[in-house]
Amino acid sequence: MVRGLGILLLLQFLGELISRGFDIPIPGNVIGMGLLLIALQAGIVKTAWVQEAVDLLLSHLALFFVPAGVGVMVYFDLIRKEWLAIVTAMVVSTFVVMAVTGWVESALDKRRGDHAE
Amino acid sequence: MLNELIATPLFGIALTLIVYALAQRLYLRTGHILTNPVAVSIAAIIVLLLAADIPYQAYAVGGDYILFLLGPSVVALGLPLYTRRAEILAKKGPILVGVTAGAVVSIVTASGLAWLLGGSREVILSLAPKSVTTPIAIGIVEKIGGLAPLTAALVVLTGCIGAICGPEFCRLIGVRDPTAMGLAVGTASHGIGTARMLEEDRLAGAVSGLAIGLNGLITAFILPLLFWLVGGF
Repeated sequence: MVRGLGILLLLQFLGELISRGFDIPIPGNVIGMGLLLIALQAGIVKTAWVQEAVDLLLSHLALFFVPAGVGVMVYFDLIRKEWLAIVTAMVVSTFVVMAVTGWVESALDKRRGDHAE
Repeated sequence: MLNELIATPLFGIALTLIVYALAQRLYLRTGHILTNPVAVSIAAIIVLLLAADIPYQAYAVGGDYILFLLGPSVVALGLPLYTRRAEILAKKGPILVGVTAGAVVSIVTASGLAWLLGGSREVILSLAPKSVTTPIAIGIVEKIGGLAPLTAALVVLTGCIGAICGPEFCRLIGVRDPTAMGLAVGTASHGIGTARMLEEDRLAGAVSGLAIGLNGLITAFILPLLFWLVGGF
């Protein structure tokens, strides 16, 4: 548990180092996700070392977004002024993105499956 | 004395954990998607803070500790990705094209609709990266000239939409395959959508986590390009 958390935080630290060092617009934690993938693939990190910490964090992933969401209250005035444009664009766009992404992936996957037969 | 205590991390952390635990209980009891624990917790905490006249800054002293755990959690998404690598690699073509299509559609529809409805330049720019995970979205918005704090708030709201009705909407429109569904919800609703997908199905959760990274990368690359194409806007 402690070892796993230590590994995850170390990889995030390395990710931040790469992100800032090379001035890449990708945040350190996303680079850290890639580093964990590479470390597991290369056998530098064993699955068993991180499993417990990963399960603990991912089973509570939703909780960690709550404080950021509460931050919305600071921008109430701004949102109130242009609420129609903001709410419509956000809601409609989110559904359209899900539909397009899901349909494109399914269609390509199905077509490729048909070729394989 | 009470005000002093409220300004310590103890207040924000305790409030968030207790409200979230209660929201989770409500969700398990009712089983209704509208009682999504993240959305209910955010709404309940905002109401409580406003009612007690406690500024967000005081809450954030503790809230930031919880937010901090988001960092290692994103790193942790590498493990399900590794465990499911064979299934994911087998579909790498459809996955890449799917996320790219979603990324372009997200930018065009979000900023396009806001423009059609008379949104100001700041709002249009701040909405453009709404489906991308918070830290990447902020980086992009600072580059194109939107309001970073507004973007952060819009990103979380967008995540809640996907978490509340993503899987149901996908089934409704015939997207039932776990890979396709995870990709759709992860591309549209980043980490908050992924949290919901992890509850639904492990493979869908892994693909959704991958979509956070891919959509972030693709949007960071094409959004400045698209705005440059429309004449710097």
